[in-house]
This record gives sequence, structure tokens and C-alpha cells, in this order.
Amino acid sequence: MTDTAQFIDMILFIVLPYVAMATFFLVSIYRYLGRAFTYSSVSSQLLENKQHFWGLVPFHYGILVVLAGHVIAFLFPRELLLFNRVSLRLYILETTALVFGLLALIGLVSLILRRITEPKIRVVTTPMDWVLFVLLFVQVIAGVGIAVFYPWGSSWFAAAMTPYLWSLVKLQPDIQFVSGLSFWVKLHVVNAFVLIGLLPFTRLVHVLVAPNPYLWRRPQVVRWYRKPGGELAESKTGRS
Amino acid sequence: MNVRSQVSMVFHLDKCIGCHTCSLACKNVWTDRRGAEYMWWNNVETKPGTGYPSRWEDQDRFAGGWEKKNGRIELKSTGKGKIIFNIFHNLHMPSMDDYYEPWTYDFQHLFNAPEGPDQPTARPISMVTGDHIDIESGPNWDDDLGGSPVYAKNDPNLEGLSELERSQLAEIERLVFFYFPRICNHCLNPGCVAACPSGALYKRGEDGIVLVDQKRCRAWRACIAACPYKKVFYNWASGKSEKCILCFPRLETGQAPACFHSCVGRIRYLGVLLYDASKIDEVANLPREQLVDAQREMILDPHDPDVIAAARANGIHDSVIESALKSPVYKFVKQWKLALPPHIEFRTLPMLFYVPPMSPVMAARNGDGDTVNHVSRDFFHDIDDARVPLQFLANLLSAGQTGKVRYALRKQRAVRIYRRAKTVGDVGEEEAAEMLKQADTTAEEAEAIYKLTSLCTFDDRFVIPPMHREEAIEMLDDPHERRTAAGFGFVDQPKRGA
Repeated sequence: MTDTAQFIDMILFIVLPYVAMATFFLVSIYRYLGRAFTYSSVSSQLLENKQHFWGLVPFHYGILVVLAGHVIAFLFPRELLLFNRVSLRLYILETTALVFGLLALIGLVSLILRRITEPKIRVVTTPMDWVLFVLLFVQVIAGVGIAVFYPWGSSWFAAAMTPYLWSLVKLQPDIQFVSGLSFWVKLHVVNAFVLIGLLPFTRLVHVLVAPNPYLWRRPQVVRWYRKPGGELAESKTGRS
Repeated sequence: MNVRSQVSMVFHLDKCIGCHTCSLACKNVWTDRRGAEYMWWNNVETKPGTGYPSRWEDQDRFAGGWEKKNGRIELKSTGKGKIIFNIFHNLHMPSMDDYYEPWTYDFQHLFNAPEGPDQPTARPISMVTGDHIDIESGPNWDDDLGGSPVYAKNDPNLEGLSELERSQLAEIERLVFFYFPRICNHCLNPGCVAACPSGALYKRGEDGIVLVDQKRCRAWRACIAACPYKKVFYNWASGKSEKCILCFPRLETGQAPACFHSCVGRIRYLGVLLYDASKIDEVANLPREQLVDAQREMILDPHDPDVIAAARANGIHDSVIESALKSPVYKFVKQWKLALPPHIEFRTLPMLFYVPPMSPVMAARNGDGDTVNHVSRDFFHDIDDARVPLQFLANLLSAGQTGKVRYALRKQRAVRIYRRAKTVGDVGEEEAAEMLKQADTTAEEAEAIYKLTSLCTFDDRFVIPPMHREEAIEMLDDPHERRTAAGFGFVDQPKRGA
């Protein structure tokens, strides 16, 4: 390997990931504390209600399932490899991943078309939305392409990507696992880090405030200035 | 007993002249902003009519409010189980087409148009896109029965009415309608609050005002579908939900809300009700026909020493209890039983009540056009024969029970006749007294109703409790810190997120 190639790999697979993670954490937290008002999914369903369904629903189900797959492979590589030893299971896993990847792709394309064709939606589209669309499109296309042309990803991810990612986490970056991978896989990895780094600057921040407390809270929310003791407080009580 | 106080409202429909002054006062104060142009936190509808957004009362379409399932109430549109299915795309949310596309006019063209054979015109321009549009509907498109074959005919409240009654409503030259002004009802069991995945909506403990925490709203849109009255709106520019705030900055400084203050017909009353919050769950779960009575039952008598003691124990300030004693809303709703909750069958327990309107006598009965038959042997025949059928009013104001509406209308009629006997004198005193008796009222009560209805001053109509905001937590902040901020509740600019 030439020095230049090695240098580029170092920039892309060591420097970029750390820069991306640093911006992700610092900017997200800063934005949450300083500009909480901007944390929103900025839905446009009010302005256009039909294509919205055919874009948002497939995209979200697709991308969530695929992302969950990546996280599982990252956290439980050994268990995944054991699971994949039965080839039927491997086929089922791979097909599921591909189907949901395609679902995400269909949804994304439909969303991009919606942004272009609906005059009302164009009004609420920012330049950053277009940057996001390009990055997401590259990411999903690369992902689906990998699933088709470099199959059995659920196994080789666990063998190659997981050790690389853990080496980053452990602050002992080791790029020997990734430097030999094909262009498409590298593109997918690099683009993923770019997306993570840019996330706090985009509407994607809504992912960080996904509403889990809803599942546990009581139906009614009441806020008080003063509790019976006279102390000033903000609190929540149920219907009681 | 868990006593809480609620700033509650009564709208006296018999006095509403449909001038829309309330709507404009509200629009000018609160929703004259980008993204909020289409919102009318206060709007006035013509009934029969489909309202704004069109057919909002049709919960098969919009799935607002609660429904009984397996003996428990659940939100019709969403819930803990359903959230994963409707968070990406809300199936029941109205789109802008259900409201209307806000527009202005190209007035500049009147000045800038090149010289030509025709007068220049000011074409309508969409306030969303800035393009020329054809106006297809507006916020009060069916005002005064405009387009009634399309709108009035499709009013969901016509359900259960006979063909005769329906045709009666639309008889040529004898058309009948009344106005129905609407704001947020600041419910006791609000669907919007229960639906919010982020917990951004809340009810203020001290006065019961329902608000959206703009910093916590993430545009999941569940509130918009869950409110059966469609009084939570989505600001498409800021990406946040907004709703009527009952002008709390005005209330906190002792002023009536803008729509109340500006009301030309003086139809609006505002005052404190004390209620038993421990009963909310139980009452909201009762069978449909018990709801009106049960909600009245929840409202507590502020004269009762036990209630006062329990209120004090709950931290309700003496000045608020004092205000509850003078509340006009308590009189209309609880003492006189004249005011009724709108669509209580949605089970959100609304705290805005309506006095049903009197209407002309059914045309088919007095075909000669002579309806000035004040007293016949059957004193109240014209209530059941009114041209706005009782069933229609009952569908709107008492979950379909005509008895509640009839009671309120009979009492109003008795008060009128009683006053007529006193002032005009063409009705005998005994007949008036007999009517009062039949309408379950007394001369003193009739006098009080008459005074609060016809001679009410500003201070009679708006009994605003001291809010004691001087003790509130924000008051600990230095106001100068907010000098360049953008209004209530924002230290940072309310700027749309990228």
C-alpha cells in the first residue's frame, strides 16, 4: 500500500470518526441546552398529507430495522456469527435486511420527489435538508448495493467492522480491518461518519428526542407553580 | 376530595350576533405570524354548518377524543400501543385542505400595473407559497349559511333528526341558524395532553389553562388528532403545535382574554370553578347519558365550608376561593343549569359551557307567520316546536339528551315572560309566576338571570382570580435578562430548527 493511500485511510477511518463523534456529542448537547426550541422533527404533514404516508412510513420502518441490525452486529458479534452458522438462518437474515433496506430506499426516493414536486413543501425545505437528502441517499444506495453485491454482510460485518469499531471505542484505532475493504463498503462507512457528525446540525436531531417517556407516564400532565407546602416547583401528577 | 380551581367560561349563544370581533381580536394578538396564518384559536361558526376545520365534529374521520373500550376510556386516535404506528404518519390529522390555504391579495398590482384597456385587479396570493391561487374555502366559508346545500346539510349534529326537521332548517325564506363561537375548552381530561408523546402539553395546576411547552414540542402531531374540537394547531413554519392560551399573560395581570374583552354582544363570561379532581377518571368513564350531570356534580359549591377547607388544604389561595364565590360561570352552570358542555360525549370534560340559543317557532306550525303568541295554555309549546330542533341543540350541547336543553330553554323563556310581565305588561303576573314555577325557577332567580344576562357589566362578566404570579418561579429571574428575547417563554429565538 502506498503512503498516500495509507494517509487517506488514516484521515477517513481514524480522524474523521473522532471528529464526527466529537461534533455529534458537543453540538447536540449545546443545541439541547442553548436552543431547545429547534429540537423538532419539523413535520410537514399538515401541508401535504398523501405522499407523506408513502414516503415517511416505508423510510422509517426500513431504516429503523436496518439500523437495529447494525447495532446488534456491533454489540453481539459472536452471538450473531453463531446464529449465522445455520445457513437457512443466514439467508433469512440477509433477505430481511435487504427488504428493509429497499423499503428505506423507496421511502427516501418518494420523500425526495415529494420535496421537489410539492410547492408547499418546497417552502419549508432548507439547504440543509438537501444536504441531508444527498447524504442519506448515498448511504442507503451504498447499503443496498453492498447487500446485493457483497452478500453475507451480517457475518463479515461481525468479523471485520465490529473489531474496527471497537478499536475506535477503545481509543486504540486499528484500520487494518477496514483498509482492505471494497470502495462501496468504505463509502458506506465514511458517509456514515459524515452523517453522524452533521446530525446535530440537521432536523435529524429528532432521533435524539424520540419519545420514550410516553410509554411510562400517566395520561394527564399537570404543572404547578406552587406545591401545597408553598414551595415553588414544576412537577407532574396523573389524574389524581 | 382533591379540590382544584379552574378558570372556566360560559358563552351565551342567545346573545351572539356572529360579528367575528372575537376572532379578529385573537388573530391580531396571537396568530398574525408566519405559519400561524391559517389558525383561528377563536372562530365563530354558523350552525347548522360544518365548521372549521370542515366537519371537525365527525370523529369517524378525525378520531378525536376518547372512546370507551373494555370499560375503560382510550384515546381514539393514539395510545401507548398505537404510537409506533402513527408517529411517522398520523392517519387522522387534518391537512391544510381541511382548514383552508391562507391568502392575501396582490395589492401592489393595483398601483404598478401597466396602462391598459382593463382595470387592474388584486389577485389572491397564497400566504404559504406566495403563488397566485384560486380561493376554494376560508375559515368561515359557510358563514350565515353560505353554501348551505353543501355545508349546513352535512352538519354532523343533524344525526337522528327527522326528515321534517331537516327540511325545516332549510326552508326557503324561513332559514334558521345560530352562531357557535369556539375557543379551546381547557378540558379537565384533555385528549391533547394525554396524546403528546413528548409530554409537551400540560394543564396548569393553579388555573387549569392547557398549554403547549414550545421547547418540548417535537412536532409528533398527536395532539392535533387527539383534540376532538380541533383546537390544537400545527405551525408549519416553526414546526411546533400551538393553541389558545386563554390569554394567560392578560389573565395574570387581571385583564379578560382578548376575545372576551372585545365581545360586542357581551356573550362571554369568565370565572373560577372549584372542582373535585379525584373524580375526573370516574366521570370520564360514565355512560354517555350521565356525563352532563356527573360533570356538574364534580363542580363544587364554594360556599360549602368543607369545600373551602379542602381547597385551603390543597393550597388554593383565599383570594381564589373568594373569586369562586362571585363566579358568573358557577351561577350559569351549577346554580341555574342554563349552560351546557359542548359534545361532552367526546369525554374530555370541557370547561367552556354554552347557554343554548332561543330560536323562532317552527314555520310549519304557525304557517300564517304569526308567532307572537307569547302565552297560550301550553306555555312552552314553542320550545319543542322551535325551528332549530331540540335534538340538534342536544346533539351539540348535551350528548343528545333533549331534556337538558329543554330545561335551559324553558328557564330562559320563563325569565323573558317574567320580565315582559313587569315591563311591558301585556302578560299577566299570575301567568308569569306560573311559568316560572313550571320552568323550575323563582322570581329572585329570574331576576338574577335577567341581570347577569342583560345588564351585566364588565366586572359581572369577568371575575378574574388573582393569579399570584408575583410568587411564580419566573419572577425570580431578572427581567432585564430577557430584554432582547422574543416574548413570553423564550430566552432563545423561536426559530425553526434545520
